[in-house]
Amino acid sequence: MIGIALHIAAGCIALALLLNGWRLWRGPALGDRIVALDTMVINAIALIVLIGMIGGNDTYFEAALLLAMVGFVSTIAYCKFILRGDIVE
Amino acid sequence: MSVIADVVIAALLLLGAGFALIGSWGLVRLPSTMERLHGPTKATTLGLGALLLASVAYFQTRLGIWTAHELLISLFLFITAPISANMIAKVHLHRVRIGAISEPDSIAGPPPRPDGEGDWATFEAPRRDNPASTANS
Repeated sequence: MIGIALHIAAGCIALALLLNGWRLWRGPALGDRIVALDTMVINAIALIVLIGMIGGNDTYFEAALLLAMVGFVSTIAYCKFILRGDIVE
Repeated sequence: MSVIADVVIAALLLLGAGFALIGSWGLVRLPSTMERLHGPTKATTLGLGALLLASVAYFQTRLGIWTAHELLISLFLFITAPISANMIAKVHLHRVRIGAISEPDSIAGPPPRPDGEGDWATFEAPRRDNPASTANS
């Protein structure tokens, strides 16, 4: 039962990544594209966690933790660059 | 006992993936940028929290490994998601139009220039009534 649920969840996350990619492609404003990239990072974390559960390997969580931190910092840096034209003022 | 744990883990997995999918669907479907911020920042973060809880329970019941990394990830995400949402909303409100005709003007105009001889808030010594001020007026 857990195996089926794991694969359904991985399919849902993959579909969510596709939807984010569509918004990244289309997004009329720059804010939409930043939101889409931020959501893609969060969905990638979810996919890494699911892969770790499917493989029964708990080493993947280091990668997920690092990706969470790097995704947050990159979103903030992108926003600061657009707002001020500079990242470290 | 094991059956109950399996049902709980499967339910958490489906709930989390469903919330992530709903968040991304809202990102595609909602009409304006400020509304599109709602889907990813709330639903997707909640869905990832449910997935990480399922992962903690899975490794505890199946392999007997107690891992706390997932709780660390979900704590970090719950802290940082409102901050990034706030920054993205500021970008949407203050963005200066640079050339692209198809892109609509920003609502609130460019961010305010610092007054007088002042510099950006990170350089400036805190005085009363400037952004770096910590005095509770």
